[in-house]
Amino acid sequence: MTGGVLDVVIPTTPAEAAEAFGDGDGITVLAGGTVVMPELNYGRLRPGKVLMLGRSGLDTITREGGVVTIGAGVSVAALEALDEPLATAAQHVGDGEIRAQATLGGNLCAEPGAETPRGDLQAPLIVLGARVHSTGKGGERTEPVEDFIAGGMEGRLVLDVAYDEADRKTAYTAAWRPHTHHYSILTVAGAKTGDELRLAATGAAPHAVRLTSVEASGNPEDALKDTDLRDDALASAWYRSTVLPKLVARVLDDLA
Amino acid sequence: MKLTVNGIEQEIESAPLTSLLDVLREELGITSPKAGCEQGGCGTCTVLVDGEPRRSCLVPAAAVDGHEIVTVEGLGTPDHLAPVQQAFVHHYGMQCGFCTPGFLLAAHAYIEGGGTDDPKAISHALAGHFCRCTGYVKIVNAVAAAARGDGFDLTTTVGTPTTTFATGGVE
Repeated sequence: MTGGVLDVVIPTTPAEAAEAFGDGDGITVLAGGTVVMPELNYGRLRPGKVLMLGRSGLDTITREGGVVTIGAGVSVAALEALDEPLATAAQHVGDGEIRAQATLGGNLCAEPGAETPRGDLQAPLIVLGARVHSTGKGGERTEPVEDFIAGGMEGRLVLDVAYDEADRKTAYTAAWRPHTHHYSILTVAGAKTGDELRLAATGAAPHAVRLTSVEASGNPEDALKDTDLRDDALASAWYRSTVLPKLVARVLDDLA
Repeated sequence: MKLTVNGIEQEIESAPLTSLLDVLREELGITSPKAGCEQGGCGTCTVLVDGEPRRSCLVPAAAVDGHEIVTVEGLGTPDHLAPVQQAFVHHYGMQCGFCTPGFLLAAHAYIEGGGTDDPKAISHALAGHFCRCTGYVKIVNAVAAAARGDGFDLTTTVGTPTTTFATGGVE
């Protein structure tokens, strides 16, 4: 049996959620449950205080003034109908039941998984130029997704993520490992808005990385300068180093 | 907390973060949802939450307070199997049966949602459900038959012995 938790808080508004989170000290956030519940089931996590976001109202999507704002509690399934390359990436997260339960905030903040890919929405959000609005120690702040990822998510509660609507060309490709659904080993997302090119990859470092070297040079091999390739249950670092430039080349072709 | 399970309202005493799977199996004694991987990867614990298939191992009890749950026990009875159960029997859509509860509920939700007998669509809907006896073809055939609304005379499927074994020594 799981349980035995000291304190479970179930806020009913975003403001209540932010207040209950405070500076995040000692708090475990449970939104969809797809990441936290296995930890509880196996007894690897014994939290003191749990903030359940399921009824917090952080699950709305708005389009206003050319900006798409997605609440942190929006399900991955709901992202399948949004802009590319986010939509395609969302369609390939887990399976239908998982996508209906998993949330955008969880996908952004999940610790890297050794056996399963996590954070596949990060690269599409980076190339969309998305901004993360979070709260925690020092109050609320808004920053680019790549800065949020690099700065560490510890002690932050994501409230929403926003990107600008734009006339952009996008591309998304991945190396998948067959399963009862596809597990992504590496994914590469790209977006071109006017002359601006943005590229990012997941599976090439513990979290998604922006491929700034390729953006500058146009050479797919330069992707290896921006990554921190690791061995894990899905693939070796060597395999990733071989495949990544090919995926980047494919995305650059699609954007040409 | 309160749950309506297979049409019966239940008062739940488990801690709020107890998985729905544990609530069903340990507190309520409803054992069709199986504890497979308990991390959302196998699908055998899938139940219907307000008609939608969900991994019960990933759902904390507090998240479904006041909601309606359906397990295989609520799908049909031994004398009146649900159409999807009849199809699984007729098409031999199970071997060891451990994965079957999750498959049945995911398939039932797929058909209730207007799913067709297109094998690709069925595979997509059942993605994430494992059968380690490798019975996928028969499972997909069964779901397709149920989606088409095929009728089955199960007395000819299971009611008649099809094989006799000579045991020797006993007349």
